[in-house]
Amino acid sequence: MAEREYDASRYAPPAEVGEMELPHPKGFIGKYVWSQDAKVIAVQYGLTATAIGLVALVLSLLMRLQLGFPNSLSIIDPGSYLQYVTMHGMIMVVYLLTAIFLGGFGNYLIPLMCGARDMAFPYLNMLSYWVYLASVLILVAGFFVAGGNTGAGWTLYPPQAISPGTPGIDAGIVLMLVSLAVFIVGFTMGGLNYVVTVLQARTRGMTLMRLPLTVWGIFMATVMALLAFPALFVAVLMMLMDRLLGTSFFMPEMLSTGEGGDHQGGSPLLFQHLFWFFGHPEVYIVALPAFGIVSDLIATHARKNIFGYRMMVWAIIIIGSLSFVVWAHHMYVSGMSPYFGFLFATTTLIIAVPTAIKVYNWVLTLWRGNIRLTVPMLFSIGFLFTFVNGGLSGLFLGNVTVDVPLSDTYFVVGHFHMVMAVAPILVIFGAIYHWYPKMTGRLLNDTLGKLHFWITFLGTYAIYYPMHFIGLEGVPRRYYAYGETTFISDSVQALNAGISVAAFIVAFAQLLFLFNLAWSYSRGREAGPNPWQATTLEWQTPHTPPRHGNFGDELPVVYRWPYDYSVPGVKQDFIPQNVPPQAVEREPDAGRGGTA
Amino acid sequence: MAIAIALIVLAGGSVLFYFLSPWQLTPLASNWGAIDQTIVISFWVTGAVFVAVTLFMVVALIRFRDRGQGRAYYEPENKRLELWLTGITTVGIAALLAPGLFVWGAFVSVPDDAHEVEVVGQQWHWSFRFPGEDGEFGAARNGLVDTDNPYGIDPEDPHGEDDVLVNEPRVLLPVDRPVKMLLRSKDVLHNFKVAPFRAKMDAIPGQRSYFWFTPTRTGEFEAVCAELCGIAHFAMRGRVEVVEAERFEAWLAEQPTHGELAERGPGDPEAGQQHFAACVACHGPQGGGQQATNAPRLAGLDADYLRRQLRNFRTGARGEHEADRFGQQMRPFAQSLEDPAAIEDLVAHIETLPVEPTRSTITGDERRGEVLYRSCASCHGADGQGRQAFKAPRLAGMDDWYLVRQLHNFREGVRGRHPRDAYGSQMVDMAQVLVDDTAIRDVVAYIGSLAEGGASAANAPDDTEE
Repeated sequence: MAEREYDASRYAPPAEVGEMELPHPKGFIGKYVWSQDAKVIAVQYGLTATAIGLVALVLSLLMRLQLGFPNSLSIIDPGSYLQYVTMHGMIMVVYLLTAIFLGGFGNYLIPLMCGARDMAFPYLNMLSYWVYLASVLILVAGFFVAGGNTGAGWTLYPPQAISPGTPGIDAGIVLMLVSLAVFIVGFTMGGLNYVVTVLQARTRGMTLMRLPLTVWGIFMATVMALLAFPALFVAVLMMLMDRLLGTSFFMPEMLSTGEGGDHQGGSPLLFQHLFWFFGHPEVYIVALPAFGIVSDLIATHARKNIFGYRMMVWAIIIIGSLSFVVWAHHMYVSGMSPYFGFLFATTTLIIAVPTAIKVYNWVLTLWRGNIRLTVPMLFSIGFLFTFVNGGLSGLFLGNVTVDVPLSDTYFVVGHFHMVMAVAPILVIFGAIYHWYPKMTGRLLNDTLGKLHFWITFLGTYAIYYPMHFIGLEGVPRRYYAYGETTFISDSVQALNAGISVAAFIVAFAQLLFLFNLAWSYSRGREAGPNPWQATTLEWQTPHTPPRHGNFGDELPVVYRWPYDYSVPGVKQDFIPQNVPPQAVEREPDAGRGGTA
Repeated sequence: MAIAIALIVLAGGSVLFYFLSPWQLTPLASNWGAIDQTIVISFWVTGAVFVAVTLFMVVALIRFRDRGQGRAYYEPENKRLELWLTGITTVGIAALLAPGLFVWGAFVSVPDDAHEVEVVGQQWHWSFRFPGEDGEFGAARNGLVDTDNPYGIDPEDPHGEDDVLVNEPRVLLPVDRPVKMLLRSKDVLHNFKVAPFRAKMDAIPGQRSYFWFTPTRTGEFEAVCAELCGIAHFAMRGRVEVVEAERFEAWLAEQPTHGELAERGPGDPEAGQQHFAACVACHGPQGGGQQATNAPRLAGLDADYLRRQLRNFRTGARGEHEADRFGQQMRPFAQSLEDPAAIEDLVAHIETLPVEPTRSTITGDERRGEVLYRSCASCHGADGQGRQAFKAPRLAGMDDWYLVRQLHNFREGVRGRHPRDAYGSQMVDMAQVLVDDTAIRDVVAYIGSLAEGGASAANAPDDTEE
C-alpha cells in the first residue's frame, strides 16, 4: 500500500492545458440565472430543493398537530390530512432528496472532484435545472387548484388515486403525474451528464479506483436512477391515460361512488410492481450519495484513510445492482402470489451484507484515527448511529414473516424515516457544513452548527424511535384519527403528543441552520482554500470559491488515491491527490513503510 | 466527549425502552405464535448488533479523539478482518432469514380442513360471505353489483344460491378451526387487519387474495383497514367475534342466503300503513317530523337506513345510552315490531310518504359549512341525497334541529359507540371534524341550503363528481 504514491509516475507529466473553449458568461443573468456553470446550477438545485422541502416540512407539522393534538385546527379534515401525507412524502423523497443529492451535490462535486472544468454537456445541464424547476412549479400548482392536491399517498396506488373518495382526483392527481413525468425528463438530462462526466472528463491520473467515494456514490446512484425512473415514467403515463382517456391499464371492473364504473380488466398490482421497481432503487438513489459523502467526511475529519476503499467501492456497486431485485418486499401483503415472498425476502436480506460491510468500514475508519469533532464529523456520527438503527429495523420488514404484522403500521413509518429521511438529511447537513467554505470562502458558525446538530440529532431520534413500538402494537399508519379501538392503548395518544412536541422543536431548530447559512455568507470566518486540510481536488483549486472552469490555466494531475491521510514518514498528515511523489515533504528521520 | 456520552445514553435508553415500553405486541389470538417468535429473534439479534456497533464507536471516539499530538494509523485495508466480518454477517443474516422463511412456508400452506370466508372490502365498510351448504362460493364480479345483488353474485352460477351473506361489518368465527380468508374488493384497495391475529392481506378489486389463521381464543376483536382507501380509511372498522362452534353454527343458520334474499319480495306499503299508525303521534301524520315531540322527519329516508335504525333501536345498539333521552323513547316502539316482515312493510310505507320542504330553525355560516361538508360529501353525496352503497342516509331536506342533535350525539359518543352499531361508529369518528358547536351549526346550515328546491342542489359546487 505504501507504494501507491509511485503509481502516478507512469502517467505523462503535466501538459500545459490552456483555457478550454468554455462559454464564459457575461453579466449577472448569464452568470447566475441562465448559467451553464455546474457550480451555479448546483446552488440553483440546492435552493429550489430546500424551498420545496420547507413546504413539505410545514405539511409534516400540520400532520403532527393533528396526531398529537387532534382537531385543534379546523382546516385539517380527513381529506386535507391525506393531502399533507401525500405531498410531504412525494416532495421529500423526489423533489428534495433526489434533487439535492444528484442535482445539488452531484453538480457541485463531480467536476471538481474528477478534476474536470465542468460537466460534459453544460447546456444540457442548465436545461436539466430549468425542467426540474418547471416540475416543482407544476407540483406547487396542485395546492391552488379546485379540489386541491391528490391525497392518494405518495405511492399513488390505483384505483384509489383516480377514484372518488380520494381528495384531488380532478386536477390534483393530473398535476402530480405530469410533474413527475417532467421531473424525470429533467433528471434524465442531468443524469446522463453526470455519468458521461465521470466516465469521460476525469483529469489525468484520476483512475476510477482513485475517485473519492463521494463521486462513486453519486455516480452509481445516477446510473441506478437512469434505470429506475423509466419504470415510474411509464407507470405515470399509463395512469394519466387511465385518468384522462379512459383506458384501463390499472383500473379493474369496480364500483365508483357505489355504482358501476367505466373501467374493465386493468391490474392495480401492475402499478405496484412498476412503482416499486422504481421505488426501491430510489431508496438507494438517496442512500448511496449519502454513503459516499459520509465516507469522505469521516476520512477527512478523522485524519485517516477510509478503511477498505476497494471493498467500499464494490459494496456500492453490489448494493446498487441488488436493489433492482428486491422491490416486491414492499408488497408482501399486497395480494400478489405469496410464493414471491421466499425470493424477495432472500434477496432483501442478502443486500444487508454489503450494507453492513460499509458500516463496519466506517467505524473501523474511526478506530485508531485522529478524530476531530468538527460539525461535519458530528453529523457523520449522527448519521452512523441513525443509519445503523434504521438499517437494523429494515431486517424486520425485509423478512417476509415478520413484515406481515408490522407492515402498514408506525413501525414502517419509524423505519423509513430513520433510514432514508433522517440519515441522509444528517449527511446533507454535514456536507453543507463541510463544503460551504469552498462554495462561499467562509466557514459556517461553529456554535450555531453544534446547537443545530444536537437538537436535530436527539430530536429526530425522539420522534422516530418510539414510533416502532406503537407500530408493534399494531397502530396503522395514514390514519387521520384513531377514535376508540380495542387494541390501541390510550397511552398512544400521550406518546403522539410527545412526538409532536419533539417534531416542532426539531423543525424550529432548522431556522438556526437557515440563519447560519445567511449570516455566515457575509460575516463568517474566512476559510482559505483548504480549511479541513483535505486531499481531494476541490480543495486544491487556485481560487476559493472556484471560478468558472474550476482549475485556472492548468488542470491538476492526480498521483494518488484520495485518502492519503496520516501517511507515515510524511510531515503533513495529508497529501493532496495532485501532489507528485517527489514533492511530498518527508520527516527527516522517519523510515519508510511501517504500514505494510 | 458529549457525543460519546450521548451515544451511550441513546443506545442504553433504546434497549431499556424495549423492555419497559407499554407498547408491545397485542396478546396473540391465533396460531401465529411463530410470527411473534421471529419478531423476538429479530429484536435480540439486531439489538446485539446495535449495541455492539455503538459501543465500538463510543470507544473509538473516546480513545482516538484529536488531542493535538496523536496521528492516525495508516491502514488502507485488512483483508483478513474484512473477510471475517463478511463471514460473520452472512451467518447472522442467515440466522434471521431461515426461521422467517420456515414460518412463511406455513403461512402459504393453507390446511386442508380450513373453512372459507369471503371478506369483501368496500369504501368504507366490510361485509362477508360464507359458501353455504355446497361448500363452494358462487362466482361473483363487481360488474354485477347492484342494490338487489350487493355481492355481485353471478345468477347463472348454481353455487351462488346457497351462499350465506353477512351484509354488515361484523362476523363470527368458530374457535380452534382454521379459516381461509378470501379477500376481494368492490372498489379500491383495502386490507383486512385484526392485530391479535397477526396475519393480514390486501383486498384487490378484480382479483382474489387470501390468508389463513386459526383463532385460538374466544372474544371480540376489532378489524381495521390497513391499506389507504380514501378519506374515511381511518373509520373503516369491523368486528370479528370468535365463539364456540355451536354458537357459530347457530348464528350462521340465522343469516340469509343469496337465494332467500332474492326471493324475499319488497314490503307491502298497505300493510305498513297499519304499523305506521303508532308513529303518527310523534312523527306527524305524513312522517314529516315534529320538533315539539322531538321526532324527526321520516319521509325521504331510504328503506335500508330505516330498517337498520329500527333494528338498532330494537337490539339496543341505538337509544341505550343514558344521555340519549329521545332515543330511549324510541326503543319500546321499535321493539313492538316483532316480525321482520312488519319492519319491511313499515319501511315500504314510509318510502311512499311525500317529501315536503322543512322549516329552517337554525342559522349558521353556510360558506364555512360548505368547506366542512367536504368530509361528509364522500358518503352522503355532494347533493346530500345520501348513498345507499355507503350506508349513508339522506341529509338534505331533513329537520335541521334533528341533524344538530345527532351530530352532537355522535361527537360525544352518545350515539354510535355501541359495538353493534358499525356505521354509527364511523360517524363518531367523522363527527370529530366538527370541532365546536359553531361548526355543527355551519355544516347543518349548508345542508339546509342543499334542500332549498332541486335547483339549488344542482347549482351547488360539486367537488367529487364530474
